[in-house]
Amino acid sequence: MRTAAEPIRELRLEGITKRFPGILACNNISMQVSRGEVLALVGENGAGKSTLMNILAGLYQPDSGTITLNGREVRFHTPNDAYAHGIGMVHQNFMLVPNMTVTENVALGLKEHHRFMNLDLKSAKARIMEVSEHHQLPVNPDAHIWQLSVGEQQRVELIKTLCFGAQLLILDEPTSALTPQETDDLIDRLKRMTGELSIIFISHKLNEVKSLSDRVAILRHGAVVFNGQTADHTSADLAALMTGREIHLPRNEGLSLDGGVVLQARDLHVRGDRGHLALDGLDLELHAGEILGLAGVSGNGQRELAEALTGLRRVESGRVEFLDADMTNRSPASMIAAGLGYIPEDRHHEGIVPKFSVKENLVLKDFHTVKFSWWVVLKQSEIAHNAEALKASFDIRCSSTSAAGGSLSGGNIQKVILARELAREPKALVAVYPTRGVDMGAQEFIHSQLLARRRAGGGVLLISEELEEIMNLSDRIAVIYKGRILKVLNSLDATRERLGLLMAGVADE
Amino acid sequence: MTHGFVYNILLLGVPFSVALLLASLGEMFNQRAGVFNLGCEGIMCMGAFLGFLPPYFLKTGPLAPYGILIGFAIAMVAGIILGLLFALVTVTFRAEQGIAGIGLQMLGWGVAGTLFRHYVGGVTGVEGLAAWAIPGLSRIPFLGELLFNHNPMVYIAFLMVPASWYILFKTPWGLKVRAAGTAPRAADSMGINVNRVRYQALMLGGAMAGLGGAYLSLCQAKMFADDLVAGRGFIAVALVYFGRWNPVGIMGGALLFSLAQSLQLSIQVGGIKFPYEFAVMLPYVLVILVLSLTRKARMLGPSSLGIPYNREMRY
Repeated sequence: MRTAAEPIRELRLEGITKRFPGILACNNISMQVSRGEVLALVGENGAGKSTLMNILAGLYQPDSGTITLNGREVRFHTPNDAYAHGIGMVHQNFMLVPNMTVTENVALGLKEHHRFMNLDLKSAKARIMEVSEHHQLPVNPDAHIWQLSVGEQQRVELIKTLCFGAQLLILDEPTSALTPQETDDLIDRLKRMTGELSIIFISHKLNEVKSLSDRVAILRHGAVVFNGQTADHTSADLAALMTGREIHLPRNEGLSLDGGVVLQARDLHVRGDRGHLALDGLDLELHAGEILGLAGVSGNGQRELAEALTGLRRVESGRVEFLDADMTNRSPASMIAAGLGYIPEDRHHEGIVPKFSVKENLVLKDFHTVKFSWWVVLKQSEIAHNAEALKASFDIRCSSTSAAGGSLSGGNIQKVILARELAREPKALVAVYPTRGVDMGAQEFIHSQLLARRRAGGGVLLISEELEEIMNLSDRIAVIYKGRILKVLNSLDATRERLGLLMAGVADE
Repeated sequence: MTHGFVYNILLLGVPFSVALLLASLGEMFNQRAGVFNLGCEGIMCMGAFLGFLPPYFLKTGPLAPYGILIGFAIAMVAGIILGLLFALVTVTFRAEQGIAGIGLQMLGWGVAGTLFRHYVGGVTGVEGLAAWAIPGLSRIPFLGELLFNHNPMVYIAFLMVPASWYILFKTPWGLKVRAAGTAPRAADSMGINVNRVRYQALMLGGAMAGLGGAYLSLCQAKMFADDLVAGRGFIAVALVYFGRWNPVGIMGGALLFSLAQSLQLSIQVGGIKFPYEFAVMLPYVLVILVLSLTRKARMLGPSSLGIPYNREMRY
């Protein structure tokens, strides 16, 4: 299985079509990749990118169409078949066993190295070191996966795929879970690897597409709508082709409404999961009718702050005040009842109940109110009606509101959460990384909804790592560093450079 | 307390732990592969009963000397068959493992009891397996008698501890088992047949539970009765958690439980003024206490335990 395959000179997909019940996921798609080339596969969530790549990696079978490699037709029935021809895929959700070491994870796939009762970890380790040095991907082969950061796990996935002999790498949204620093690092490493490898990478971040790819193919509703040289087109062109219309990320241009303080933290001390002080005397004020951007490198206390404000994490000392009432260490239920909205960081596990239907997820915070229940009985028709209305106004794309929330794409899950929270017209909204990993169209929509909330007089605390997002939307920008607010700027005074320095802990003046 | 009192507790405790040790090492493989088999108790009942039959029926005749050996073999085969049955229900048909396990427990317990009453009837003893002192080692003062003067199954069971450790951590099959129980999707993406690995693990687990059951009737009690297994199958499942899916930890748990049991017996036999009902409870209370007080090891265990694998399911 891992014997060196014939070098990939040219891979062609021709007329690939794949149907799922009710959906035409890939509609007569053709494209090609040559040796040493980087092809970016771009499109909105649900455009068919992942399906197409799963076909190429041998996980799905196409209904029709052919794959030709160096001029010969091939068929991949399993991922092993694809590997045998030098095609390896790094999935968006990593395929690693967390309680095993890096070496063991690689050894799992190197079957021909093992004898019946003897696991050949030595040669697996040697292989890892060889690949790691050759491609400059540093790794500790003896570390357990669960000890590694997301960025390091990504590197392990790359190494694993290369150890199995991949010459054509398929990367499915490789940067969606990475911090900006990790993303830059990954892009650099991938650039260096293109000398001897071909890469197909799926993304909807156009700056990454511009900086890494030679050619770009854009999918929309399962069909190729564009295929050309990356260098010939601007990001704006590509964005328009991707969504079928011009994308204008909205900006906050209105004057600050300057309402009173709605939510504030005073001298907040909160411990993180590992027992260290994640917030160490943090002060913050959120006003009505403003968007306050919280900028910072992730891991500086953002998550703990959001959880302390929403009642999910115990406050050690200090105060949380919401609408002039002391709400320190009150339950999440009382924060919700008082009118606080929350868009959590982990949308799959905290934002929704994946097995519940979309309509049920939309009333998670209100199912007990008279609107949706009568004594002990849920008003099913009200719940369904509510869901249809929100589905339309928030442009939630799902086959039906009875579909499981977890079956939706990331962008649409985020819209479900946004719809649930905003429909309650919160006095203050804590939004943590609201657009992480969602496509441009959804991003535009989420931004405009946050601005609409501001216009309606709500306060929005926007926690984000994307400086662009923060600078576009915020009235004021607070920079968090090591559990404290280092500085609060008026957004008119903020520049990328200044924010960058502050995020690195360099206080100005 | 005298020197003799403690010594007796230790001397009894070691062979007491064997049935538990075998069954929970088997259960460890089940759970590492992602299936927890509450039916362990039922397999042990069947193993105890079927293992008892050959020496019972072959008291005379040419095969008489091999009765016990045949008994162990049949118990293992029965365990494999029941393991396969459990795999069919929980892996292929993806039934709820806890419920299927309770079903298997009742099946094994009921069938063994019924067949026993039908074919054997009253309490009858068998000769059982005699102690075999290991030459040399058994002459070590104090320890020799304690550790090296038991029936051969005791040695086999304790040798199974390093053997299980080796299989789990140092063989390709062990690697597959661990991957299947922790990240079945990742295992699948690397060409490992998750369901096949789970079938294999359940067969191994069944064989070891059957062996553990047969040990009770052939070596420990030297007879069969309905309540011979007395919840040891469930304790075996608990010991896997207690030992954190690690053979050495499981051995520690099995010894702790059996020492508590032999303490309980010694209290009763020795006529010490202590309500015996509490003494009988002691080992079970101990297991509950230890299980609830030990730190939960989220990162080490099989995180997909109890979840049937289905390639097409996203959630």
